[in-house]
Amino acid sequence: MIFIVSFLVVLMLVGAVAASIFRDLISAVIAAALVSLIASVLFYFLQAPDVAMAEAAIGAALTAAIFIIAIRRTKRYEE
Amino acid sequence: MRRIISILLLVIVALGISLSLAKIPFGVPKTKVGKHYINEGVKETGAVNIVTSVVVSYRGFDTLGEVTVLFIAAIGLGAVLSTVRKKTARKIEPASLVLSTGCRVLFPLILVFGTYIFIHGHLTPGGGFQGGAIIASAYLLIYLGCRERRINAKVSMSLESLGGLLFVVVGLFGLAIGGYFLTNFLPKGTPNLLFSAGVIPIIYIAIGFKVGSELTGIIDNLIEES
Repeated sequence: MIFIVSFLVVLMLVGAVAASIFRDLISAVIAAALVSLIASVLFYFLQAPDVAMAEAAIGAALTAAIFIIAIRRTKRYEE
Repeated sequence: MRRIISILLLVIVALGISLSLAKIPFGVPKTKVGKHYINEGVKETGAVNIVTSVVVSYRGFDTLGEVTVLFIAAIGLGAVLSTVRKKTARKIEPASLVLSTGCRVLFPLILVFGTYIFIHGHLTPGGGFQGGAIIASAYLLIYLGCRERRINAKVSMSLESLGGLLFVVVGLFGLAIGGYFLTNFLPKGTPNLLFSAGVIPIIYIAIGFKVGSELTGIIDNLIEES
């Protein structure tokens, strides 16, 4: 159990760093969605299924979609 | 120079946060009210899910405020986007057959799951916000997979208004019958049954409809724009 959780936390940190250094904004949004998804799994492990559900639906799905729609209207690559 | 100052500032902030977190005992109950919710929550509200009894019953007025914040955000987005909307009809490229068929099969299942989440909010984890978000993600799937389909904006807006109205009306009924806003005036019934916990399922159904149609409206507004 502790190994799974530490692996997920490391993956989450990697996703967070990747989201901040990617120049391709779509990739950055996907990495941020990965952070949300792992956060929802961790919430579930911490026995907060309510929060996990909200995080998975809003953080991973809706926010990423809204960001991608916004990127389609502007520029894909950061200078 | 600026870099050194910012690093110094970061170190000071991290030190302050870690020192104050170290003072908080972990895993020890710190408040009496939390104990009261856990021990008396089921008896007082009839909801087996303690989170729901806090969100809808003990802190129901705060929930009304949260729903209002979401409502104002959706209205603000709609107002901002309506000023820049262009009227040209765009040619929509249809998605492939596999994608559109998959979306059409998955859509009702996700919809039923979202509805289950908010109707059973007082029994199982979840509730109006979670169910509404899941329903909105089902509509997002339809927007991405079957691109020629559109929701009826009038229906979604009236559902949203009806949900908010139902919440306030139930609260005012509680004020008239029990003496304070959102009194649980219906019989509480046996815990663990679907028809239990008085007004809590009604309020959660209202919240579910409201949040679902609001988030769907936000996605609808944004996709129309792009």
